[in-house]
Amino acid sequence: MGDILSAVGNIAFNGLAFAMVLYLISVGLSVTMGMMGFVNLAHGVFAMAGGYVVTSLMREQGVPFPLALLGAALTVAAASVPVERLLYRRFYGGDELDQVLLTIGLAFMSVAGATYIWGPLQQPLQPPPWLSGVADLGFRSFPAYRSFLILCGAALVTALWLSIERTRFGARVRAAVDNLRMAQSIGIDTSRLFMATFGLGSGLAGLGGALGADLLTVNPGYALQNLIYFLIVVAVGGLGSIRGPFFAALLIGVTDTASKYLVPEFGAFFIYVLTLAVLLWRPRGLFGRA
Amino acid sequence: MTTSRLVEAFARRHRYHPLEGLPWLAAIAAYFAFPSYLPLGAQVLATILFALSADLVLGYAGIVTLGQAAFFGAGAYTAGLLAAHGWGEPITGLLAGALVAALIGLLSGIVILRTTGLTLLMLTLVVASMLYEAVNKASWLTGGDDGLQGMEVWWIFGQFRFDLFGQTAYFYCLIVLFLCWLAVRRIVHSPFGRSLVGIRENVLRMHAIGAPVARRRLVVYTISAALAGMSGALIAQTTQFVALSFLGLDRSGTVLIMLIIGGVGRLYGAFIGVPLYMIAQDRFSTIDPVYWYFWIGLLMVLVVLFARGGVLGLFDRFRR
Amino acid sequence: MFRIFLVVLVAIASLPAPLLAQTVKVGLINSYTGFVAQPADQGQKGSDLYFKEHERDLPPGLKIEILKRDDTSNPEVGKRLAQELITRDRVQLLTGVVLSPVATAVAPLTAEAKVPLVLSYAAAGVNIPRLSPYIVRVTFTLWQESYPMGTWAAEQGWKTAYTAVTDFIAGHDAEAAFTKTFTDAGGKIVGADRFPLANPDFTPFVHRIKDAKPEVAFIFVPAGTQATAIIRAINEVGLREAGIKIAAPQDLLPDEELPNMGDIPLGLITSGTYSVAGKRPANEAFLAAWKREYGDKAIPDFFSVDGWDGMAMIFDLIKSTKGKFTADEAMSFFSHWKDPDSPRGPIEIDPQTRDIIQNIYIRRVEKVDGKLANVEIATIPMVRDPWKELNPPK
Repeated sequence: MGDILSAVGNIAFNGLAFAMVLYLISVGLSVTMGMMGFVNLAHGVFAMAGGYVVTSLMREQGVPFPLALLGAALTVAAASVPVERLLYRRFYGGDELDQVLLTIGLAFMSVAGATYIWGPLQQPLQPPPWLSGVADLGFRSFPAYRSFLILCGAALVTALWLSIERTRFGARVRAAVDNLRMAQSIGIDTSRLFMATFGLGSGLAGLGGALGADLLTVNPGYALQNLIYFLIVVAVGGLGSIRGPFFAALLIGVTDTASKYLVPEFGAFFIYVLTLAVLLWRPRGLFGRA
Repeated sequence: MTTSRLVEAFARRHRYHPLEGLPWLAAIAAYFAFPSYLPLGAQVLATILFALSADLVLGYAGIVTLGQAAFFGAGAYTAGLLAAHGWGEPITGLLAGALVAALIGLLSGIVILRTTGLTLLMLTLVVASMLYEAVNKASWLTGGDDGLQGMEVWWIFGQFRFDLFGQTAYFYCLIVLFLCWLAVRRIVHSPFGRSLVGIRENVLRMHAIGAPVARRRLVVYTISAALAGMSGALIAQTTQFVALSFLGLDRSGTVLIMLIIGGVGRLYGAFIGVPLYMIAQDRFSTIDPVYWYFWIGLLMVLVVLFARGGVLGLFDRFRR
Repeated sequence: MFRIFLVVLVAIASLPAPLLAQTVKVGLINSYTGFVAQPADQGQKGSDLYFKEHERDLPPGLKIEILKRDDTSNPEVGKRLAQELITRDRVQLLTGVVLSPVATAVAPLTAEAKVPLVLSYAAAGVNIPRLSPYIVRVTFTLWQESYPMGTWAAEQGWKTAYTAVTDFIAGHDAEAAFTKTFTDAGGKIVGADRFPLANPDFTPFVHRIKDAKPEVAFIFVPAGTQATAIIRAINEVGLREAGIKIAAPQDLLPDEELPNMGDIPLGLITSGTYSVAGKRPANEAFLAAWKREYGDKAIPDFFSVDGWDGMAMIFDLIKSTKGKFTADEAMSFFSHWKDPDSPRGPIEIDPQTRDIIQNIYIRRVEKVDGKLANVEIATIPMVRDPWKELNPPK
């Protein structure tokens, strides 16, 4: 009995940590696809960039971990804005095939760019000593870094949801996702809104990539390797939804961890079965709008 | 009726344009002009068939799919398993591959074609991924990550051996491609084909005029799957090897990209985009094994920015 | 008259060397992109270093041209590249190849076209040299390096073991080799897991091992950052603290990853073919050349030495035949090749199997000059590939 409880506890814990990372990365994509109508298959590049920035800052410049995280989020957010203004903007609401070609092309270039700057090898994350090893809470011990991941993720998610519900910016985002034309007609500057939302989503993705650097390893092929995870979270959660991807991420994170623990030879098979089942039952995603 | 009148009537009915003979002449010329590039040539021809299958379902029926590789891989593994277990006859292997792929297309189509848009896209992706994992798990049969070993493909009609220089492979792929292209052309120019375009452009109106929308989409999905399966079988037979990557997202994505570069829904986009992409990849890999991703990515971005509609779109603009 | 003679003499002397030169083309297929990019990179550096250091040893007029190709970790691409290297570029030799499925796919081509393949990076796939009479392997086999671990584990008095390997041919080989010797010595395998190939998150798997409570865990992952990831997971889950010992081949603790592992691996025992800490003059020379070329921060590993030795073998062939050889002559030369002075110790090719015979070292992680190193504490001399001994050709 104790063994089963222990197993369930492990799965829940690690699944939750993975879910946090998936959510932080994917929420930006959900909004981009739902609000701007733009299929950004290069979204993973922002998460990858976050991972590279945080590992480089820590390794090369010796920047302490919390600062490096902040640096990663801000750098990626800032870098994403010109991409949105100069490139993506032209294709909003346009032909999906064009968007697919453009963003996959960018993803390919990111593979080469990352290889050029950092080499072909994985960048491992070295968490600071106060976050390594185990945190012993008496009744059981928890891996320290994963615990930090969960707490940090929970804080960020809470902050995000509160700001979407309580601030004017959040209200504008919700309005634009619900009905873009209407939002424009009541005077919301959707162009500026898109830019701000895109930057926020990309910054979160960068943060997610940085935090999750040991779950989703930082290497040049990152954006393409993990694309399917992000797409699944967004599709299952519901395009444009902010909360939907969270529950989708929970589902995916826990299922993935459970199948690795219980039936490791099956790989990602059960994730796909789950996705198939959910999308057939609710084609718009769990929280998608009809 | 004189012969010339008969030919005229035939051409008029099928509206063949003299320019349409160009790709085939080019292919035959290439055989003589580049004798040491035939293995690459055979792969290009087989991949054109693959892109053609994608064009049918994407360009004509408007079904955006990231899972064509499922059918490609199904055809490849079928032909491969037959050849590895004693039945190496190429033509029947080819047809078996097409059949299995069509079956998978039919069954998966019945389940997922009721959805549209991003949901459908995700489901095509998921179906292909599930097949990938299943084939990987069955590694006792398929070789898993290491690929299918031990294929022995027999001589075509007992006469033509698959040689090291790829001569037989080239013509084998060329002839199969030609026959399939004829079939696809017929389909596209038929009332069925036109109704597909109607479904793509305005589903509601098609429903309103009583067109059996769901059935038509399923039919074209299945046909496309069969063609993709045939192209997979071709690659398997001409390289005598099948790998897990045949079923991967990479392959589905790449064929889409090649098609978009050439021009979607124009029937000939495949004939332009595939050679362009594969030859560029071949050249860039040789010059710079590590960084060719950059140049291909850049090419794709430039095509989207300045050559919307692909190469054929560019031609259109010049003509105007 | 004399002036004309001088002019003619100078003209002949200044004839461009290429007119008189002979170039031997060698095709090198590697996986520059994909999940094995790290071992591939290490191997490439080793090959390139040998080439750079010894190019001047070639007799004047004799040149070697290495044509590099990227198989992108795809066997069918590798096969096509090999075909093109043979038919288009007319190479006389093939070498490199880090992924064993690529080697397996290329094998029939070497036989059909009679072009020898010097496997200088791939270690998995015990039977690959048997697939074609024109293949010789200069790296090592997973059986060679994992076999001693089973015996050693049993000697420590451990009775139960859990094997956990990455699910591809190298992992299967390692698992089979360890299982054979451990069970032959009376041990019992209580669990056997296989991780999916590109899996970065080892924590659930390590939990499984901990919950099964074996006395020793035999672990294999591809050398590189996956090794570091699983070491960290082992630390976080507290595997060793729970009393579970670890046995592994050298891939778990590649020398270039040791600095990233903190102090976690101290005391861990592995079996392998090469360690940076190996004490022999050939190794010191190799390391000096490495640091000169790639900088102080770069650390070679066993893949690098494999690449180095592979290139050495090719150079020796070309030097001794002056670049003119048939495939059969090349294979005969390779089959009897020996190097008593490789950075990893004495090595030679077994003419019966065309696989390599070399020392296998038992190493322990200790602190040397403030840094971790795989210190060789025992040597098993001149080990042949055990699998081939156990499975003679029919």
